[in-house]
Amino acid sequence: MSEINETKYVEVPGPGKIPERDMGKGPVLEASHLGIDFGGLTAVDEFNIALGATEIGGLIGPNGAGKTTVFNLLTKVYQPTRGVILLDGKDTHGMNTTQVNQAGIARTFQNIRLFDKLTVEDNVKIGLHNSIGYHTPAGVFRLPNYWKEEKKAHNKALELLDIFGMADMAGVKASSLPYGAQRRLEIVRALATNPKLLLLDEPAAGMNPSETEELMNNIRKIRDTFGIAVLLIEHDMNLVMGICENIIVLNFGKIIAKGTPSEIQTNPKVIEAYLGSQATEGEGK
Amino acid sequence: MANQKSFLSKISKNSKMGFLNYGIVLLFFVVITILRSTGTLSNTMNGQLIPICSYIIVALALNLVVGISGELSLGHAGFMSIGAFSGVVISGALKYSGFANPVMRLVTAIVVGAFIAAIAGILIGIPVLRLRGDYLAIVTLAFGEIIKNVLNCLYVGVDENGLHFSVTDEVHMDMAANGKTLIKGPQGAVGVEKIATFVAGIILLFVVLFIIQNLVNSRTGRAIMAIRDNRIAAEASGINVTKYKMVAFVTSAAIAGAAGALYGLNFSTIVPKKFDFNTSILILVFVVLGGIGNLTGTIIAAALLTVLPELLREFQDYRMLAYAIVLILVMIATNNEKIRSLWKRFFSKKDKEEQKA
Repeated sequence: MSEINETKYVEVPGPGKIPERDMGKGPVLEASHLGIDFGGLTAVDEFNIALGATEIGGLIGPNGAGKTTVFNLLTKVYQPTRGVILLDGKDTHGMNTTQVNQAGIARTFQNIRLFDKLTVEDNVKIGLHNSIGYHTPAGVFRLPNYWKEEKKAHNKALELLDIFGMADMAGVKASSLPYGAQRRLEIVRALATNPKLLLLDEPAAGMNPSETEELMNNIRKIRDTFGIAVLLIEHDMNLVMGICENIIVLNFGKIIAKGTPSEIQTNPKVIEAYLGSQATEGEGK
Repeated sequence: MANQKSFLSKISKNSKMGFLNYGIVLLFFVVITILRSTGTLSNTMNGQLIPICSYIIVALALNLVVGISGELSLGHAGFMSIGAFSGVVISGALKYSGFANPVMRLVTAIVVGAFIAAIAGILIGIPVLRLRGDYLAIVTLAFGEIIKNVLNCLYVGVDENGLHFSVTDEVHMDMAANGKTLIKGPQGAVGVEKIATFVAGIILLFVVLFIIQNLVNSRTGRAIMAIRDNRIAAEASGINVTKYKMVAFVTSAAIAGAAGALYGLNFSTIVPKKFDFNTSILILVFVVLGGIGNLTGTIIAAALLTVLPELLREFQDYRMLAYAIVLILVMIATNNEKIRSLWKRFFSKKDKEEQKA
């Protein structure tokens, strides 16, 4: 275990704890009593989280536990049935996905969602969209502002792609990238929107161990250079335990455990959820 | 600096495609002008020149919706119709009030036609473009039919007090005795002065190409294409989906209106029935055959398919049958793997030679 796992935590008023080093800024994300029902089915219930401004958090749980649903609630792909989400202390109630992104939450998707027919560079420029400062008429009539802002966006896109060493692929069509590169491009695009909080949905899916190792270093690098919080869903336990400072375990839509990696690893409830205890095995399937 | 170089090369690649389209239009203009001056162009072909320009323009407009924005519109003839009739009314009213200059009247008619079609586009877009799914196709289909039927019972006249409207008959317009009827219900616009010219058509075509190409290769165009490729990802990247769908759709409606005004001022009479569902489908055929999202293909397809029925006149009663067969053959040919790879080889060789030079 690296020293990053020994983060000192402090209680904050509200739904949880945040790292001591982030106390000055306060939590970037606070969600309390979050829940959603689909018809009669409660997919997520009583979800509480506090995330420090530069914290890397993990969200794990068996398949169908509701992890991606939590991301969809935080980004308002689904409107929550219950609960409050505070981003930097500001309530996101009534916002849609676009507004939540503009307020500072960026995400990637479990099933990759790139703009397939656009180039790698243009995918990143979509992320930069709201920071490119010219309007439609300036674009149509090619006013000086267009050239200035497009050049700035081009340089910024290459700079961001360079985090993952992808600058030389800028002109390639996004759909023709290899799988791992597509995942990395999604992260770059999310970063381009200048977020305060980055949600990564299974970033290491389909990556080999050396790629995963590289990804871990890159996630830390992103956190350190951009000074943002990261919350990730991942099944690769090496990645989760190696990088996350605080982990939440979901099962059947409810939080069954919260804590540092070492606490989670020894938590009997978590072990039961993942491996099944002999008692439940006998009763259940 | 590597960055600078690749930025410039990317810009030049985009504008190379743009210049190709300008070049095709210019070539078309030069060839036609030469044929006209030598008198080798037949009368029927001569009469087709302005409709060809109009159809190319409206097909480019539809391509903005279908190819770039990824929505389906089945009512572009309706926008053309709005442009045509408002253009005719403006031109007629200006002439009545002693405004003789035909060029100024044509420009005003095109601008007003585009503006009114854009308003119609906004009215349709506001409720429909918020929804996910193929609602735009259904609503625009209905819109085309509604516009046709409204114009079928619309009477417009002009006298010294200004414009008069009625939806019952000519008498109810309450026009002064020396007034002039501009639109006569099902008989359509009558006694239109033909002020549209081929040169005006070509200029409008250049303007439209300039607008569409620059729009697509800008921040706005990227956002529109991003929504087409993946709506949820576009939302999650902070793109205002409804806004950019509106920009694409309303721009397209306005351009279709401009094309309609040009078209309407090329005939002495024009009936609302001209812009029915079949015309909307015809425009869609230009786009599909030319390649969805492909402006060059759209220009060529629209030009050839507008001329084709005239060329097939010798088949007489079997004209439309022959037209259908030609369409099917073209689609088979353009989807054939071998023919496509042949094309690709031809073009890539050309590209390499250009790079060497």
